[in-house]
Amino acid sequence: MTSTALPDQESVATPAAVPTLTSHVRGYLSRVRGGEIGALPAVLGLIVLCTVFAIMRPSFLTTANFANLFTQGAAVTLIAMGLVFVLLLGEIDLSAGFASGVCAAVLANVVTVLGYPWYVAVLAAVLTGVLIGSVLGMLVAKIGIPSFVVTLAGFLAFQGIVLLLMEEGRNISVRDPVLVAIANRNLPPALGWALAGLAVAGYAAVQTMRYRNRAARGLVTDPRTVVLARVVGLAAVLGTTVYLLNQERSFNVLINSLKGVPIVVPLIAVLLIAGTFVLRRTSYGRHIYAVGGNKEAARRAGINVDRIRISVFVICSAMAAIGGIVAASRANSVDPNTGGSNVLLYAVGAAVIGGTSLFGGKGRVLDAVLGGAVVAVIDNGMGLMGYSSGVKYVVTGVVLLLAASVDALSRRRAAASGGR
Amino acid sequence: MSATPLLELRGIDKSFGPVQVLRDVALSAYPGQVTALVGDNGAGKSTLVKCISGIYPTDAGEFLFNGHPVSIHNPRDAAALGIEVVYQDLALCDNLDIVQNMFLGREKRHGLVLDEPTMEQMAADTLAGLSVRTVKSLRQQVSSLSGGQRQTVAIAKAVLWNSKVVILDEPTAALGVAQTAQVLELVRRLADNGLAVVLISHNMNDVFAVSDRIAALYLGQMVAQVKTTDITHAQIVELITAGRSGALGLNAGNGSNDTGGEPAAAPGAAR
Repeated sequence: MTSTALPDQESVATPAAVPTLTSHVRGYLSRVRGGEIGALPAVLGLIVLCTVFAIMRPSFLTTANFANLFTQGAAVTLIAMGLVFVLLLGEIDLSAGFASGVCAAVLANVVTVLGYPWYVAVLAAVLTGVLIGSVLGMLVAKIGIPSFVVTLAGFLAFQGIVLLLMEEGRNISVRDPVLVAIANRNLPPALGWALAGLAVAGYAAVQTMRYRNRAARGLVTDPRTVVLARVVGLAAVLGTTVYLLNQERSFNVLINSLKGVPIVVPLIAVLLIAGTFVLRRTSYGRHIYAVGGNKEAARRAGINVDRIRISVFVICSAMAAIGGIVAASRANSVDPNTGGSNVLLYAVGAAVIGGTSLFGGKGRVLDAVLGGAVVAVIDNGMGLMGYSSGVKYVVTGVVLLLAASVDALSRRRAAASGGR
Repeated sequence: MSATPLLELRGIDKSFGPVQVLRDVALSAYPGQVTALVGDNGAGKSTLVKCISGIYPTDAGEFLFNGHPVSIHNPRDAAALGIEVVYQDLALCDNLDIVQNMFLGREKRHGLVLDEPTMEQMAADTLAGLSVRTVKSLRQQVSSLSGGQRQTVAIAKAVLWNSKVVILDEPTAALGVAQTAQVLELVRRLADNGLAVVLISHNMNDVFAVSDRIAALYLGQMVAQVKTTDITHAQIVELITAGRSGALGLNAGNGSNDTGGEPAAAPGAAR
C-alpha cells in the first residue's frame, strides 16, 4: 500500500538504506553501548589472560599445553553448554555437577562392574541424565518449587547417590579403550584438517544460502563483506587451531608420537552446532527465549510453558551426563568426587562469563564454550605459575563475580536505553 | 450501520464465587467500526474481554459471530474465529525482535527449521498495510522500542492472522501525546480496513476521537450502547459514574438495558 516512504524516514515497507560495512559496524557498536555486549568480555578476557600467562610462563604457549587446555576444560564446558538452556529461562541447576558424577558412576558400574560394552554404558549414563532432568524439571514446573531449592537438594542427594553407587567410596576404573580414547586420544592429523574444512564449507554454504534467500525476496541482508569476513574468520580460527594441534607435542617421539586434534574437540563442536541450531533455528528454541523473556507473554502465545521448563532441565542433565563421561574418560576412573568440588561453579562461571544472563532470556551455547575457555585458561595458567588451588578458587570466584556484575550492569544499561 | 454485528454477546453472566461481576451483559461490535467499551474501575471491562477471548468461562449467555451462535471455551477457539486481544500489559517478549514477537507461538516453518524470510516478509507487509513507518528495523529487539512502537507491534501482531475482531485493552494508557495520536490513528485504520474493533479506554478524548459507538458498563451491567455522535461527553461520564443519564442507562427498579444497539432508545421501552 505504501510504497513511497520519505527518504529521511526509514520505512519497514521499503527498506531505504541497504546496510553497508560501516553501518553494520556502527550498528554493532551502538548495540554494545546499549548493553548488548554478548561474548565481548569473554573474548577480551581470553586475549588478556593468554597474553599475561604467555609473558609470565613461556610454557603456557607450548602446543602441548594448548592441547591440554581442551582436554582440561572439556567436561566443564559440556556441563556449561547444558546449563545455558536452564539459565535462558532464568532458572538455575546447582545439581549439574553431581548429576554428571552420578551419570559417570552409572557409566563405570555398567562398563566395568557389569562388563557391558561401552555404548550400553554411554546410553545408560545419558538416560540417567534424562531421568534426573525430568525429575528436577517436574518438581520445578509442576509442583512449583524454586529451581534453586530443588537443585540444591539435588546437589546434596546426588552427592550421596555417587557414594552409594561407589560402594562406600571406592573408585571404579574405566579401561574400555573407546571410553578412554574420548579424552585421551587424538584424531589423525588428516582427519582434523578434513573436519575443519567440512565445518568451514558447511558454514559458508549456510551463510551463502541465507544471503541468497533473503536477497531474492528483497529483504535486508548483511553486507557481503561481513558474510565473507565471518567465513574467513572461522576458517582462520579453525585453521590455526588444527595446525597447532597437529604439531608433534610428545617429548620423545621415539617412544610415543602425540599429535592431532583431541577427540573431545569435535565432540564439543558437534554439540555446539546442534545446540545452536536448536536455539536459533527451531520454534522450540524460539519458545525457550520467549519463556525466558516474558513467561506470561509466552503463555498467552499458546506456548506450553511447563513443557519448556521441564525440557531444559532434561537437556541440562543430559549434557551433564556427557560431561561426566568425558571426566571419567580423562581420569580413567570414577571416584566419589567426580563432578564435585569446583565443577559446578566452574560450569556456571563458564556460562555467565561467556555472556549468558542469569536473569534469563539472553545467551547462546557458544557463550558456554568461550566462557569454558576462559575458565580453563585461568585454571591452567595459574597452575603453571605455581599458585595453590586456594588462590585458583579465589581468582575464579572473583572472575565469576565480575562476569555476573557485567551481566547485571549491562542489563540495567539496556533497560535505561530501552526507552521505556 | 451494517445489519448484523460481527460479534454479538447476549445475556452474559459471570461470577467469581459469590461476587457477580457481569450481569446480563450485551455487546455488539460491527465490522468497519470502532466500538468503545467504557466504564469505571471494577465495572467489569477486563472480565468481559477475558470472557470474549476464552480465558474465563461464562456462567450464562450466548456469543453470536456473524449472526451464528458460537461457543468460546479457550483462547484457541477465539483465535480460530479471528478474535484477537491486545492486552494492557502488551504480552511482548523484550528479548525477541519484532518479527519473532509477531509470530510467537505460531512460527512459520520449513519442516523443523524456522522460515525466517517468509515471517519477515509477512511482518513487513502487515506493518505496511497499517502504514506503520515508525519502526527502523524489523530485526530490532522490542526492548529498544518506545511505548508507542511497542503498542504498534502488539496491534500488528493481532492483525497478522487475518483477524476479524480486534479488542484493544487501554492501548494508550501509558503513552505520551504524540504516541497516543499515532496509536489512535492506527486504531482508526484497523476499522477502516473492515475489522470490528473494540477499544477499551478510560480516556474520553480518545473515545470521542476514534469511536463510532460507545458501550458503557456500570457495576457489571451494560447501561448503554449508543452512537458516538448521539451522546455528549458529560452524558458518558454520568453513565460511567452513576449508571444513568437522563433517558439513558439504568431504569429505576428495572435492571435491564438497551441491547438493541439503537441510539438513544429508552431502555425501559426495549423490553
